[in-house]
Amino acid sequence: MTTPVATPTAPGAAGSAAPSRTVLSASDVSRALRRVAHEILEHNKGGADLVVLGIPSRGVALARRLAAVMESVEGRPVPVGALDVTMHRDDLRRQPTRSPMHTDIPEPGIDDKVVVLVDDVLYSGRTVRAALDALSDLGRPRAVRLAVLVDRGHRELPIRADHVGKNLPTASTERVSVRLLEHDGVEDQVTIAAGESR
Amino acid sequence: MSTSARPLAPPHRRVRRHLLSSADLDRSQVRAILDTAAEMHGVQQREVKKLPTLRGRTVVNLFFEDSTRTRSSFEIAGKWLSADVINISGKGSSTSKGESLRDTVMTVAAMGVDALVVRHHASGAAHQVSQWVDAHVVNAGDGTHEHPTQALLDAYTMERRLGDLEGRHVVIVGDLTHSRVVRSNLITLRTLGARVTLVAPPTLMPSGIGAWSQADGFDLSHDLDAVLPTADAVMMLRVQRERMSGGFFPTPREYTVGYGLTRPRLDALMAANADAVICHPGPMNRGLEISPDAADAASSLVLDQVSAGVAVRMSVLYHLLAGNDEGEDS
Amino acid sequence: MPSLLITGADLLGRGAADVLVEDGVITEVGSIRSARGADVLDADGLVALPGLVDLHTHLREPGREDAETIASGAAAAAVGGFTAVLAMANTDPVTDTAEAAERILDLGRTTGLVDVIPVGAVTKSLAGEELAELGLMHRSRARTTVFSDDGRCVHDARVMRRALEYVRAFGGVVSQHAQDPHLAGPQACAHEGELSGRLGLPGWPGVAEESVVARDVMLARHTGSRVHVAHVSTAGTVEVVRWAKAQGIAVTAEVTPHHLVLTTDLLAGYDPTFKVNPPLRPQEDVDALRAALADGTIDAVATDHAPHARQDKEHAFVDAAFGMLGLETALAVVSDVMVGSGLLDWAGVARVMSQAPARIAGLGTHGGALEVGDAAHITLVDPTAELTVDRGASLSLSRNNPWHGRMLRGAVHATVFGGRVTAQKGALA
Repeated sequence: MTTPVATPTAPGAAGSAAPSRTVLSASDVSRALRRVAHEILEHNKGGADLVVLGIPSRGVALARRLAAVMESVEGRPVPVGALDVTMHRDDLRRQPTRSPMHTDIPEPGIDDKVVVLVDDVLYSGRTVRAALDALSDLGRPRAVRLAVLVDRGHRELPIRADHVGKNLPTASTERVSVRLLEHDGVEDQVTIAAGESR
Repeated sequence: MSTSARPLAPPHRRVRRHLLSSADLDRSQVRAILDTAAEMHGVQQREVKKLPTLRGRTVVNLFFEDSTRTRSSFEIAGKWLSADVINISGKGSSTSKGESLRDTVMTVAAMGVDALVVRHHASGAAHQVSQWVDAHVVNAGDGTHEHPTQALLDAYTMERRLGDLEGRHVVIVGDLTHSRVVRSNLITLRTLGARVTLVAPPTLMPSGIGAWSQADGFDLSHDLDAVLPTADAVMMLRVQRERMSGGFFPTPREYTVGYGLTRPRLDALMAANADAVICHPGPMNRGLEISPDAADAASSLVLDQVSAGVAVRMSVLYHLLAGNDEGEDS
Repeated sequence: MPSLLITGADLLGRGAADVLVEDGVITEVGSIRSARGADVLDADGLVALPGLVDLHTHLREPGREDAETIASGAAAAAVGGFTAVLAMANTDPVTDTAEAAERILDLGRTTGLVDVIPVGAVTKSLAGEELAELGLMHRSRARTTVFSDDGRCVHDARVMRRALEYVRAFGGVVSQHAQDPHLAGPQACAHEGELSGRLGLPGWPGVAEESVVARDVMLARHTGSRVHVAHVSTAGTVEVVRWAKAQGIAVTAEVTPHHLVLTTDLLAGYDPTFKVNPPLRPQEDVDALRAALADGTIDAVATDHAPHARQDKEHAFVDAAFGMLGLETALAVVSDVMVGSGLLDWAGVARVMSQAPARIAGLGTHGGALEVGDAAHITLVDPTAELTVDRGASLSLSRNNPWHGRMLRGAVHATVFGGRVTAQKGALA
């Protein structure tokens, strides 16, 4: 099992001075995740061969929630784990070193499975690119799908999500921040704040 | 930092530019390196061991003293992180050739390297090198001074068997005077909260060790049998037979009787604490400081130490090289 | 040579007076209205000392002229206020023959800056086994009186005994580099203590010096000869010397400026600039050395000026050469640490940096008291000048200067050698 791990300061972390507005409430998040879980099952024609891998840190919590919903629908557990992408990032040299987080691939691995990658916010697409690379070192899935809670646009790579909780048009100067109960200790919410361009 | 109510693992201070001494690392940094090493260890079990992380970076193993084990460990670590690793033997360079250490180092650095892994027969050499070059410098053993990556891998190996080392009793036995391993281990083990006792005949204890032990909070003993029963880990250091000619001890036989991990001592250790572990940084003098029974016992971590070496050195290279160089010590 | 009138200098701290120098000799001291045709050197506010004498200098010529030559070393000496320096014998070839000694004497003379007095080796090639031609060196034009294997210890007791006995015939003295080679071998490079243990540097214990000094004073007593202890570095050695002097044994001792100030903790950064033999010691030793210099147990300050080419210092600490520069900074260091603290007055400085070393080396024309009839070797000191040492400004060919960046109070203003101003304010005149 992965335990939630502390992240470096997230953009727009609580306590920052910029005024923010809530775009998704706790019940919005819950509804969106339930819908996404159903979409995944529908698309996959059931839960067979699915492996849900969250990208640390909040993607792992979201992956677990999605898997839980799927299990309740399907009546059997859906393998869920974590895929750390730190060592595969292309922007490592742009920031201070960060410690890689735990990768946890559930039995029986990913070969010939349908891997659903889960992240909280889809932005440039670089994290997903790194995740695809990390995945290819671990095995050869039959297919890889991408589920995100929020797609805020501004892609820098030809990557798109298969399942999106909420499409959120943003300016690139704005900061989107996701809070999840089991990860942050506060009620689920997605907020957006004006911020310096990064 | 987040202000959430949930207890967060404390963030570690960034590992500094160089790793010259174990004292360069505070507890959070040791923790970060050991945790990353655990992830790297996981990668080692995979079919595809190579990570792209240090692609395009160049690591030079600059060894002024032979050490196949340490050099290959760093070499594999660098390669599994996709760095280009070059081995340079600095052995031929000496005063007699008229080339100074600085000349040798500057020549290598001028080739545009990102990290220099330095092994030297002289204490302080890595420290000196770090003042001359822009590259990151890793001390891979300097004279009788330090060997910080060895201490990290020892701690890593011990933790995997013993769990958290806080409050654990580690006994280090052998030629302390001439050991770089003991100096680094003392620091790293104390940083992790372990209790350390050094055991050796007085002739093999470094000068000033009494004041040192008081200042840094570790224990000294000349009586191995008295400290073994409370040990969670026993680290046996290599004793070179040449030391006899320096008059450090009379005969190997006498040394073994006084300070060797013999079969009866192994039995006594296991009787007192069945979970106790035995380490040796190698190469071992079987029959002198460690009996074959002890070296090959189930409680021996000797081979684990070697395999942990690569993971720990991957982690060190990662923490030194992966990020940018700004905001150090932030 | 025109005569020289120095006006208003405080002579050895005993009061201001004018000094007239004619034909290289002090001809008048007192209140001098005018001196026709004389160059005038206004020394108001300055202290005049008899020209400084260094018992212990390494000039590296012959053999390592890339590190220092007799000419560059003489220039550094002049700037440092010296009018005589004793050049140690560990050159290549070693000064162990009359011819070698005369050659150094002659090369020194051509500089016209200071008297360069060769020290003769005690043993052939400094090997510690057979006596060098001590008598022939003394009979040479160099009149060699001080003998030393400095850099190495004359550790064989029998050889030391014979050397002491032999030089007694002509009033010679053996200057001993006290280092038991078994207690402090060639790798020993750091004071043996907690720091050397932590740094993993081979220890150089004080007892390696003290045991040899103890033996040598007993040999001096036994032979009725004179022994000089080079670069005393420990409180233990001070005790031995103090005891020996109380017994009436003919022992003299010197201390270097660096052992009066610098401490072993400077080694923590592994900078070979601070690698010296004997090694820098802890503060307790430094304090004992200062007190011993003040009370006369230690007779003299000697620089152990040891220039080294850059490539010989830019090695790992244990591999780097031993030694540090000293000629240009010695007076400033003594002024700063001994006069500034009140341990010595200026008469005391004259004693430890000129009179005592001249007496030990048997230099009749040096180490006077600036009285009429004395040779005109004079060092003018500005006691209030505050100078920050800049290794780049040195006249030495080498840069292994441990004082770089330090502020020292008291500086040589001018040096007069044989009636001629050789140096003024850090430059040759």
